[in-house]
Amino acid sequence: CPQVVWSMLGNRQFCSYKMTTKTQNFCRNEYNLTGLCNRSSCPLANSQYATVREEKGRCYLYMKTIERAAFPRRLWERVLLSKNYEKALEEIDENLIYWPRFIRHKCKQRFTKITQYLIRIRKLTLKRQRKLVPLRRKIERRENRREEKALIAAQLDNAIEKELLERLKQDTYGDIYNFPIHAFDKALQQQDAESESESDAEREEEDDDEDVDKREFVEAEDSELSDFEDMDKLETSSEEEQEVEEEEVEKKASHSKSKGKTPLKGPARRKRPYIEIEYEEETEPSTKTKAA
Amino acid sequence: PGDGSGPVPGDGTDPPAPQRVLFPPTFSVSEIKNKQRRHFMFLRWKQQQRKEKLALKKKRRKEREALGDKAPPKAVPKTIENQRVYDETTVDPNDEEVAFDEATDEFAPYFNRQTVPKILITTSDRPRGRTVRFCEQLATVIPNSHVYYRRGLALKRIIPQCIARDFTDLIVINEDRKIPNGLVLSHLPDGPTAHFRMSSVRLRKEIKRKGKEPTEHVPEVILNNFTTRLGHTIGRMFAALFPHDPQFIGRQVATFHNQRDYIFFRFHRYIFKSEKKVGIQELGPRFTLKLRSLQKGTFDSKFGEYEWIHKRREMDTSRRKFHL
Repeated sequence: CPQVVWSMLGNRQFCSYKMTTKTQNFCRNEYNLTGLCNRSSCPLANSQYATVREEKGRCYLYMKTIERAAFPRRLWERVLLSKNYEKALEEIDENLIYWPRFIRHKCKQRFTKITQYLIRIRKLTLKRQRKLVPLRRKIERRENRREEKALIAAQLDNAIEKELLERLKQDTYGDIYNFPIHAFDKALQQQDAESESESDAEREEEDDDEDVDKREFVEAEDSELSDFEDMDKLETSSEEEQEVEEEEVEKKASHSKSKGKTPLKGPARRKRPYIEIEYEEETEPSTKTKAA
Repeated sequence: PGDGSGPVPGDGTDPPAPQRVLFPPTFSVSEIKNKQRRHFMFLRWKQQQRKEKLALKKKRRKEREALGDKAPPKAVPKTIENQRVYDETTVDPNDEEVAFDEATDEFAPYFNRQTVPKILITTSDRPRGRTVRFCEQLATVIPNSHVYYRRGLALKRIIPQCIARDFTDLIVINEDRKIPNGLVLSHLPDGPTAHFRMSSVRLRKEIKRKGKEPTEHVPEVILNNFTTRLGHTIGRMFAALFPHDPQFIGRQVATFHNQRDYIFFRFHRYIFKSEKKVGIQELGPRFTLKLRSLQKGTFDSKFGEYEWIHKRREMDTSRRKFHL
């Protein structure tokens, strides 16, 4: 009988559905009406009991009576409640017509709560759902490592610099940057190629004329510089000197930037500062002939 | 016992290794039970291997010099880029079909200069500080862009409003655990949507030796290494973010560099020190992207038509195969 059951389970002995906290006792039984562990809401300790439970969005009324206490399989009787809120309340009332007030009231309260949360579920599913995608550790690690390696292989700074220089060469920047040198270089190289091929014949004549002067000059340098490098250069000095003269004239003509860049010095680089005045006097006649 | 021939080592002081150690043919260093001795024998074996290798190298170099001009050309070392599995969708620069496609795809209006890019940057719900700051910096980098807070709005409803207000692109930065980790880039009037995984995001203050703030000038764009058809589409998507005429006065350049399917974004200021040397200084945020999926229409996760999804089981089988 229920009193005995309650005196055992309620306070003294062990009830596996009972959960105690600091302030309250809860009942974990799935048929419990209120969720608390009380004499009036324990489904085990009451032979006449009813609950409302929902399954897949539909609410059912479960009832337990004394007559079926001996048949556990048929103990709980289930009634489907209508979807209409008021109709369902009436159904509860008519099913639990002569039942204690407490159970009737609590059933209706529980049913109300359940319908409210079902409505909320339906509303939320219409809004955006956030899907949690789990990270896979191995894959994350693999991708991070591959990213590092790709970064190293990419050599970004070099690539960017190369691309920018390419664009400069292809003149996408137009006239903004004042590096006329490289355009000048190309023009000069062309001119050099032409002039060298043309003036090979001329040079032989000029050499006869100016050999005396040039030879003097060469010897003077010979005595002052005792480096083997210069000796080698001085063997083919006539042509070189002509090139040097050309280059220097061009340098003066272009007033090129003084950023210390002298790609044109090349073979005629002297170890000590050379005297310009002598060069100028000699070159004037030759430049005139070439320009003409 | 089955040791190699050679003097037995004393305690701690090992005798010098003999010139040519002759191990019996079935000997392996790992069979010695004694750890100290095993270690010693292994070191000796290693030294011998190294010597042989050096000798081989020297011999080869001598042969090479002896041949002089007739020597075979030096072998090019294998890199992952060299060994890349040939992708049949690689774009040939002279391909007419591709050129025709590109003249008629969704970016045609941009490349024909009919539309001016206008970009909306937003985040997922409730962005944290880092993401917010990243969005702001991204907005300074990309000209004509606006940042709007999400506030729980559905993307599907934002998109028609954006189209109505003449936006051309939409960027959504997804956030997880207070750091940005995903990017959705959508070309608006019905354009493709690309979903990327974003990693190593560095804000401006975390970049060392950075310059001053990026100015309002329109930067240049560099797109590197987008070779396949897919890569081309993505490259054009990125290009469509920036206005057509870069202002060279600003000397700023935004780079999207694709390497092995990772797209690195950098923002620099350059200066030409001479005609053969250029100096670059990094300003602006940096991040890397990896493409996860490309969708034909605008953002629609359920009913959209996917042009490309990264399927791990099928696509990650080979280490030498890349898709972009």
